[in-house]
Amino acid sequence: MKNTSQKSLKYNPSITRNIGNKALTIISALFAIISLLPLILVISYVLIKGGSYINLDTLILEPEPPGDDLLSAGGIGPAITGTFIMTVIASMISIPVGVGGGIFLAEYSKSGKFAKFIRFGSNVLAGVPSIIAGVFIYAIIVSTKILFGSMFSGIAGGISLSILMLPTIIKTTDEALKLVPNDMRRAAFGVGASKFTMITNITLPAAFSSISTGVLLALARAAGETAPLIFTALFSRYYITSFDDLFYEMGSLSVLIYNFALEPYEAQNQLAWAASFILVVLLLSLNILSRWLGTLGVFSKNKV
Amino acid sequence: MKKENVKSTSSVSLDNVSISYGNSIAVKNVFCDIEKNQVTSFIGPSGCGKSTVIRAINRMNDLIEGCKLSGSVIFEGIDIYAEDIDPVEVRRRIGMVFQQPNPFPKSIYENIAFGARVNGYKGNMDQLVEESLTKAAVWDECKDKLNESGYSLSGGQQQRLCIARTIAIEPDVILMDEPCSALDPLSTLKIEETIHELKKHFTIIIVTHNMQQANRVSDYTAFFNTEKKDKASGGKIGFLVEFDKTKNMFNSPKQKTTQDYISGKFG
Repeated sequence: MKNTSQKSLKYNPSITRNIGNKALTIISALFAIISLLPLILVISYVLIKGGSYINLDTLILEPEPPGDDLLSAGGIGPAITGTFIMTVIASMISIPVGVGGGIFLAEYSKSGKFAKFIRFGSNVLAGVPSIIAGVFIYAIIVSTKILFGSMFSGIAGGISLSILMLPTIIKTTDEALKLVPNDMRRAAFGVGASKFTMITNITLPAAFSSISTGVLLALARAAGETAPLIFTALFSRYYITSFDDLFYEMGSLSVLIYNFALEPYEAQNQLAWAASFILVVLLLSLNILSRWLGTLGVFSKNKV
Repeated sequence: MKKENVKSTSSVSLDNVSISYGNSIAVKNVFCDIEKNQVTSFIGPSGCGKSTVIRAINRMNDLIEGCKLSGSVIFEGIDIYAEDIDPVEVRRRIGMVFQQPNPFPKSIYENIAFGARVNGYKGNMDQLVEESLTKAAVWDECKDKLNESGYSLSGGQQQRLCIARTIAIEPDVILMDEPCSALDPLSTLKIEETIHELKKHFTIIIVTHNMQQANRVSDYTAFFNTEKKDKASGGKIGFLVEFDKTKNMFNSPKQKTTQDYISGKFG
């Protein structure tokens, strides 16, 4: 009792407790900065280095074969369209399948054994290395020439990317629908809506912004993949000019980077940097767009 | 003979209804004839199964896994638990208002129009929206912001919007599961006034914790109570103690437990 009455209530910076506290704050802040450093360095390096090679020609022209012209390597136009086309193909496959699967999990089979199996399966699929998806499509589509006799093709590339997008879309659809309050389902049933009407008119619209966030994140992942495309779409230096071209090799930004960054020619290396710039800008904007979509709540007061 | 007379004016009849969740019985042996164009209130302590029973009347319990019903619920002469009955059609005839106001995340107008549209309403939608909101006594507050979200309204207004939404599907019966439990006294009063108006067109069944409310709004009252299942498990089973005109219930209840509950000795 005597001791406590003599102790001061003032903050004493020199006692062990307070020194320890301060030290830990500084150390953890330091590590937080270090962990952010790679992100900032990679992005700023690519943006600065790649940005200087961006001009209209690079965006539009077809790339030149390495060594043909030492001053200019052409452009990355076909790679941009190729990446775009293949992600569109991948989305056309994985969005309906993934959203459909997610709806089944969340609305129809809440805790059945089959649903548990699908959830487990899609988690496993999410962890499968992308190169395995590429080899898989190579084995069943490319090497068997099952697609009207074509081997490496943009369609095969799109299919392999869709495998990578699928688990993310299933999972986010499932989670997004589970977040819609059950009150909404009861309300819909209470006014005599069938389950189909309830899902299409009430729960899916309510979950729309979260689902699109997931779709965009999946898209961002797929658009940057290289490994599966090397096995499926390979690479092409030419623009596609007709629908038939979908069944032939197709260029993409990521494979262009992979191919040209390792060339001994300066012009090709610069083109790879330009492609990296476009890819990073593309992925960044997809991520930012998805964050923005995620903030659009349905249950807020002023949104209809 | 007297029983026959009662049957002819009853809208919903519960005939020896027992409801169980999984293996545990929640309510047993409920007999109850609910009169047309009257307000019937279900009162009783928590866990006595009044909400379970009201949800059974429009097959809302189908949504709860493992919920089983024995006995029969007769609506206008038809057993709604028969095998060839479509629960969606049942819910179109027997609408429901829930404990928490739950407007759809759509505009006020769409909240009303949605239900009407899924029920195949072909008439003038603007007129229906105005009529329904007027009947639910919320038109004045809503008429200038029909295109704003249903969530822009206050809790009491949202609940009346939900009532309007139910009215718009033109059901025969409206079930209300503690519609005022999340509301303040003023909103509660407004909803009770609404109920008085609605009685002209609809049969209303309302679950309430509030005995004064039951006294104020209802013509008939059903009192539910619980009993211990057995000493070992400690679970409770709900059952119907007494069902009579509200006047009789509150003035001269036949059962001692009803008297005790109404006078506030327990519950």
